[in-house]
Amino acid sequence: MDYFDTLVSILGSTIRLSIPLLFTALAGLFSERAGVFDIGLEGKMLAAAFASACVAYLTGNPWLGLLGGIAISIVFSLVHGFAAITNRGNQIVSGVALNFVAAGLTLVLGQAWFSQGGRTPQLAGEARFQPITLPFADALREVPFLGPLYANVISGNNILTYLAFAAVPISWWVLFRTRFGLRLRAVGENPGAVDTAGISVTWLRYRAVIVAGFLCGFAGAYLAIAQSAAFIKDMSAGKGYIALAALIFAKWKPVPVMFACLLFGFLDAMANFMQGKSVPGIGEVPVQIFQALPYVLTCILLAGFIGIAHPPKAGGVPYTKER
Amino acid sequence: MSTASVPLPNWITYGLIPLLNLALAFLISGLVVWSIGENPFEALRLLVDGALGRGDAIGFTLFYTTSFIFTGLSVAVAFHAGLFNIGAEGQAYLGGLGAALVALALDHYVPWYVTMPFAIIGAALFGAAWAFIPAWLQASRGSHVVITTIMFNFIGAALMVYLLVNVLIVPGNMAPETRTFLEGGQLPKLDWLMALFGLKLGPAPFNVSFLIALVMAFLVWVLIWRTKLGYEMRTLGISPTAAVYAGIPYSRTVIIAMLISGGLAGMMALNPVMGSSARLQVEFVGGAGFVGIAVSLMGRSHPVGIVIAALLFGILYQGGADLSFEMPNITREMIVVIQGLVILFAGALEYMFRPAIVHLYLRLKRA
Repeated sequence: MDYFDTLVSILGSTIRLSIPLLFTALAGLFSERAGVFDIGLEGKMLAAAFASACVAYLTGNPWLGLLGGIAISIVFSLVHGFAAITNRGNQIVSGVALNFVAAGLTLVLGQAWFSQGGRTPQLAGEARFQPITLPFADALREVPFLGPLYANVISGNNILTYLAFAAVPISWWVLFRTRFGLRLRAVGENPGAVDTAGISVTWLRYRAVIVAGFLCGFAGAYLAIAQSAAFIKDMSAGKGYIALAALIFAKWKPVPVMFACLLFGFLDAMANFMQGKSVPGIGEVPVQIFQALPYVLTCILLAGFIGIAHPPKAGGVPYTKER
Repeated sequence: MSTASVPLPNWITYGLIPLLNLALAFLISGLVVWSIGENPFEALRLLVDGALGRGDAIGFTLFYTTSFIFTGLSVAVAFHAGLFNIGAEGQAYLGGLGAALVALALDHYVPWYVTMPFAIIGAALFGAAWAFIPAWLQASRGSHVVITTIMFNFIGAALMVYLLVNVLIVPGNMAPETRTFLEGGQLPKLDWLMALFGLKLGPAPFNVSFLIALVMAFLVWVLIWRTKLGYEMRTLGISPTAAVYAGIPYSRTVIIAMLISGGLAGMMALNPVMGSSARLQVEFVGGAGFVGIAVSLMGRSHPVGIVIAALLFGILYQGGADLSFEMPNITREMIVVIQGLVILFAGALEYMFRPAIVHLYLRLKRA
């Protein structure tokens, strides 16, 4: 039973660690499927985390905090869109730039406003998203196996966790079952054809990056006002890049994105769990292996050893209307 | 009428437009400083004074400059071949391993000038090796080098922490770092060069790797504009299809360009590892690999421009550190904001002003 308890606790932290990845990877999915590369996911998540922590602190309301995070994240998306879509600049360069702006600005403003070394003030309980206990969680806890799983893994998360998992089928439906989604995917494969059909490539791509900003806002808010109770320096800690890796690992498809994020979240949870523990027969496994594994797996995938990942054809290429 | 096809004189393309972009980046940075209640002009004065006011300040400025020249050249070489190497950070990290292994092996036996050439080769080899797999994946599998170099930054960071914590650490020590190199494994400071200008270097770690960086800048210029390989790389960068049509081998050129780029990034490690701390430490690169992106974009990927841009970022880094002491309200991270804005305006939005300038230019020409 000891092993089972450990498993439940690892699965619980897997869920918690996957949520920011999931929102961010879905954000990248929309942007990249429309042909706009987004290295700036990391920066948007960080900026949103900072904004949501500030707003939640000032208003004491997590929902307003979430809105603040979403708003800032969309502003970053629009700057990215302005550079990448309107000015046809290099999308990678723009994303890198926005990551730096976010990393610097959150600390400069945080220090100037709160003077706590870049942290935002600790949030009181009601200013955060609280864990929700699903019905019967306590009653079913005693049921063998399924009880603890239900009580500790499925129940007891905050509302953003459930929204993240709801976002997966919604994203799938939007991308693959609506006219907007069809056009969005078309603009990432062959923008010329979309333009010929009389649909604005520019406006379509702008809508895609706005959706990306919207979803990154949730990821940032999750970090700052659900998982933690304040914004902490560099709290996204490379999660934007892991999400990018998950997106590629999932070959730009929504449901596989969810599994990739859960896998990478699981590796992160294992890294925390294995710290200082030794495995019988192997000895102590260095935590760095778990930290590097998401990237190593993605590179192996990119090398073509686990199927082939086909990126959207027009990804990274600015569209020039012919005259 | 489209403005993209109107040719502009060089002084506008390489002079006026970059300056306008840079000015805008600094204007917005000034607005940020102003918005947190500080005087931007006073901040600028303190920054310049902190970077250039005294001998040791200049020494620190040039120390940072040295690192940025290496990483700027690294990004630029890849850029000429149409590749965007975001991995200079990881390649420099691994380069440090190469340099440190050479220093640890030789410092008991030989003076520094014997160690130096081997350390240069070691650093370059390890940096190049870390660029090889992304290069190979790009060349033969078509996976985007941007993505793979990002991944390799993280893999490299994990690997180096593992090595420092478990393998290279001095037994019995808590800090994850190698032993201190003896004098035979250190690069000497350039006191004499500063003394020529009547300046005292003081504790600043300005060292011989600055001269190595300048030599590399010259060699990169020779490579890009005076050799067949450089010509092939530039052709590939401008039009891959034309390059392949002209018989330039795609895979080979991509891999060689990335190896050179990784080697240059690796050499950056000489400056902090052998020139300053005399030991290999965790996270010694400290973002210099990413600054290289800004430096390369601002210097228009030309060695002369890169040296100037590296100096500017050296001033920002040293002056910014000083400024945060004088004005505690402005943290050091203000430099990161400026860096991001420079990359944004000099890189992603480089053509923002072009249509307006073309209109103005045509009107003036007609008049």
